Amino acid sequence: MAMSLKGKRFLIAKPGLDGHDVGAKIIALTLRDAGAEVIYTGLRKSPAYIARVAVQEDVDAVGLSLLSGAHNELVRETLAQLRDMDGGDIKMFVGGTIPMEDHQQLLDSGVSGVFTAEMKLEDILAQIENMLA
Amino acid sequence: MRSEKKQASPANPLGGDSGLFTPSGIEIPTVVTPEMVSREEHEIPGEYPFTRGIFPDGFRGRMWTMRQYSGFGTAEESNKRYHFLLEQGQTGLSVAMDLPTQCGYDPVDPMALPEVGKVGVSLSNLAEMEILFRGIDLGSISTSFTINGTAAIIYAFYIAAADKAGIPRAKLTGTIQNDILKEYVARGTWIFPVRPSMRLIADTILFANRETPRFNPISIAGAHVRDAGATAVEEIAYTLANGLAYVDELLARGGEIDRFAKRLSFFFYVHADFFEEVCKFRAARRIWAQLMKERYGATDPKSQMFRFGVVCGGSSLTAAQPHNNIVRVGIEAMAAVMGGAQSIFTCAFDEAFQIPTEQSAEIALRTQQVVAHESGIASSVDPLGGSYYVEYLTGRMVEEIHKVMKEIDDYGGVIKAIEEGFIQKRIAERARERKRRVDSGERVIVGVNRYQREDRTEKMGGVFKGQVFKVDPQTSREITDKYNAIRDKRDNQAVQTALQRLGEAAPNESQNLLPILVECAHAYATVGEMVQTLKKDWGEFQEPIRF
Repeated sequence: MAMSLKGKRFLIAKPGLDGHDVGAKIIALTLRDAGAEVIYTGLRKSPAYIARVAVQEDVDAVGLSLLSGAHNELVRETLAQLRDMDGGDIKMFVGGTIPMEDHQQLLDSGVSGVFTAEMKLEDILAQIENMLA
Repeated sequence: MRSEKKQASPANPLGGDSGLFTPSGIEIPTVVTPEMVSREEHEIPGEYPFTRGIFPDGFRGRMWTMRQYSGFGTAEESNKRYHFLLEQGQTGLSVAMDLPTQCGYDPVDPMALPEVGKVGVSLSNLAEMEILFRGIDLGSISTSFTINGTAAIIYAFYIAAADKAGIPRAKLTGTIQNDILKEYVARGTWIFPVRPSMRLIADTILFANRETPRFNPISIAGAHVRDAGATAVEEIAYTLANGLAYVDELLARGGEIDRFAKRLSFFFYVHADFFEEVCKFRAARRIWAQLMKERYGATDPKSQMFRFGVVCGGSSLTAAQPHNNIVRVGIEAMAAVMGGAQSIFTCAFDEAFQIPTEQSAEIALRTQQVVAHESGIASSVDPLGGSYYVEYLTGRMVEEIHKVMKEIDDYGGVIKAIEEGFIQKRIAERARERKRRVDSGERVIVGVNRYQREDRTEKMGGVFKGQVFKVDPQTSREITDKYNAIRDKRDNQAVQTALQRLGEAAPNESQNLLPILVECAHAYATVGEMVQTLKKDWGEFQEPIRF
């Protein structure tokens, strides 16, 4: 895999109480192999915590992993916290079990990409590269 | 195991290396000859080491329990669904709880609010448990609770609900999952550090052995580890290793092997690779029986019997072309039966992308009923026993499972391996490898990387519009209103007294906490209150971040 993301920094985060972290870890490993620096929060983090770490660590993008159905609330809250902390320029992408009907709403609210389990990793990577280009 | 030299021929009609290796990486011989099979095909069902099944008469004596997982929103809505399922001929109930209940937060907690009533029912106190089973005789049904971090508390609610309904505790049957070790590894609803959690689990099992002898106080689960990415071999190996850790803890807390071992049960996924799934259960029964007898000196055959339930579906299901999942689940249910499962949950075909509808849930149950009553596969015990391939693969899986278990032993045991994130890291790597093989087409998944349709509108919501079950936005409000009402109505003095006793008992390892938790339940203390009380002394698990 090309080192296409060399020099980029990412925060991969698990907001809320959902404990399914494999998708988050797969993305973290994939980004790291593409040359990026990756921080993974671990489970059960609040939107405020995630936004604070993202700003402090000066990341280029935050990836949120959600499989509990609470994505709309938690994504909205994390975006709001980022703006409040002057992190509005940090891109956000979201993955997990996100019903198709919610994708557009998330994109409209400021999310740059919504990824589901059956997408190829190379396609996900290409979208992430594009959003940071 | 899969070697570098044996690359799949591109001409393999099965596709990639599908068909040349099992998903665990065991090479599959083109044909197995009698010389390749050990003498163990002469084993008999119902006799040690139970490879061919724990009962001499298989399903003739007793049909497996058809147990569908459900529960959502309010206790009232779930109660209605349970009445529907019982009327449809389902023989056991399975309760899904929302994440706040599972992680020990009351519904008004800021961490809980976005998740209240999602993925399962909110059970913050005894009143909700009473509503959940309204009109259902707790003495005549078997209930399975998928609960871990707060299992002791939910079990205490169930006992208190039975007490209040005048049902003798000895009549209660069912299961609490109560398996914290795999939560640290894969499912994530841990609360306390590993060691006090192990004590709480042992307390629950020892109390249940006395008070509710027909109730399974633990279901040691490999399912989540598997669905997260582990192979079938690792699923069994990690789960047996966890099982041994519980046995050691129970012995250390004064338990007797022939008293508690017969109430240990297990829970696994069945994915679509038919023979590997059948053989993993045959292998697991043999290994567990040998460990119980030889390492722990269990003499009662019941203590040596490996009893398990399964779930068919999970990550083997796809959001693409979702009707294909009905076929997958059918194959998996057959593997579960041929593998000798005691209870089966068949996932609904739409589960990969939504909460099942009544229609999809019904098809899932009917799938089992067709297998049970039409296919004929349940008529003779272990009908695949003696097949050269099945006996060969069973033997190979036994070898591979032992290897993985030894690896954990060499690391310093399963608790150390979990505390340091060793197993977590392994599973993440496996998950990524599985993903890579699907992406590259090495592992064929129909509809995903082969025979796809360009028109992706059928995927997800598309064709099912109008049938997507939605949690009512009012649900969370109703639940918090009920919660506040109970806190106003209950005898708060009694709650404080009970919680104080709990707090005093927490550091005292010689005391079993369950009688006090039942007392707290009766007083209508909440999940959050009990968890907070225990956290004061025990603290919280610190997740190792390794990836």
